[in-house]
Amino acid sequence: MSPTDLPADAAPVGVPAPEPLLRVRGLRKSFGTNRVLESIDLTVGRGQVLALIGPSGSGKTTILRCLNGLELADGGTISIGAEVTLDFGTAPVRKELTALRDRSAMVFQNYNLFPHKTVLENVIEGPIIVQGRPRAEATAEALALLDRVGLADKRDAHPFELSGGQQQRVGIVRALALRPQLLLFDEPTSSLDPELVGDVLRLIKELAVEGWTMVIVTHELEFAREVATEVAFVDGGTIVEHGDPKQLLRNPTQERTRQFLHRLLFPF
Amino acid sequence: MNQSTWDLFLSSLGPIVLGAVTGTIPLALVSFAVGLALALVLALMRLSRRRWISSIARVYISIVRGTPLLVQLFVIFYGLPSLGVLIDPWPSAVIAFSVNVGGYAAEVIRAAILSVPKGQWEAAYMIGMSHRRALTRIILPQAARVSVPPLSNTFISLVKDTSLASLILVTELFRQAQQVAAFSQEFMLLYLEAALVYWVICLALSSVQGVLETRLDRYVAH
Repeated sequence: MSPTDLPADAAPVGVPAPEPLLRVRGLRKSFGTNRVLESIDLTVGRGQVLALIGPSGSGKTTILRCLNGLELADGGTISIGAEVTLDFGTAPVRKELTALRDRSAMVFQNYNLFPHKTVLENVIEGPIIVQGRPRAEATAEALALLDRVGLADKRDAHPFELSGGQQQRVGIVRALALRPQLLLFDEPTSSLDPELVGDVLRLIKELAVEGWTMVIVTHELEFAREVATEVAFVDGGTIVEHGDPKQLLRNPTQERTRQFLHRLLFPF
Repeated sequence: MNQSTWDLFLSSLGPIVLGAVTGTIPLALVSFAVGLALALVLALMRLSRRRWISSIARVYISIVRGTPLLVQLFVIFYGLPSLGVLIDPWPSAVIAFSVNVGGYAAEVIRAAILSVPKGQWEAAYMIGMSHRRALTRIILPQAARVSVPPLSNTFISLVKDTSLASLILVTELFRQAQQVAAFSQEFMLLYLEAALVYWVICLALSSVQGVLETRLDRYVAH
């Protein structure tokens, strides 16, 4: 059952269809004459995990960046929940952009922690400075989150003192501390040494089990199979096919998907 | 060195150091502070996406860097009176030096802002910051670290350049030395003495730079 092509009331009896949280319609984006996204449609239900896979340059990261307003699309709409809709057809106003960012939080491939701030300061910067929450409350919540990812003792360390895996866990905690409705992951383990990948993937999997709604750009097929509720294969700026991870990754219907998976599984 | 030269050296040290303390150092500090504020504004203008704003800054920087400081000083102090604008020596010097520092430091600050990785802006936007907040809380603190060595250079140059103010009658280190020299006719001694005092000031500044760099470097891997 794929949440992207069926409205909620079309779900068969016995399978509770999740209420859609993220809806993307007709998303288009060009860089100069280079058309990066053709016309992207996506729906992610509350508590669902969508994995975007595809060759580099396919546009999957651009989709993710549009979802956080880091990239402004040329056309199409993005809505999160019932309240926020960003329509790129009409020039989006700053207020809508802010509302979009309020509801989503992103974890970057290169962590992008603030190097001049401690681990704790990195986490509470958004809650306190941007969201205006009380310092004591934000700090307590941040420490609980850091404790949960095993980094409570690093609260006063600066990012350069941490391993890549630890930095990425702080990156995830920084995103969670914003209390978003939607978590976005841009190749969260691609910069990590192989032995550090497991910790980060395990944490993301835990978050999925807890019911966080997530969109993950990843090359980790095994991880996508296990954690995602849906996989979309992106190539040439379009979603070539999407569906149940186990189904799609084992038995793709499209030749392009087949070739991509083959290259990943047998690199040489 | 015979006794009388030594005596002259010691007795002239007083007025020269006084000139440094009441002229050179405050002149450099005030001009640098004003110039730095100006430079930040100019750097942000240079980075503006609006073409006309960045053009204004570009022209300003080009003029300041393309004309001699001495000429700028003379235009302000000896030139403006013919337009009916009379400015005292001290404010004239502060204006000229600030304008000058503004032009040079603007490029330093612009480069420092550009040296902060784009991902830092994105992370700041991601947590919901506005452009201005991202700039002040995330980007500028990191740019500050990068710009300390080149800005220290600018400041040390400025300290030495303040000697030009002697030519518009500001009582500072070099003018004091000149006056003693004219009186005693010991030119070599007095000018070397002035050089020595400048050098000592710059040595002190270099060590301040060192301390500043270590302080700002504490959160960066080596």
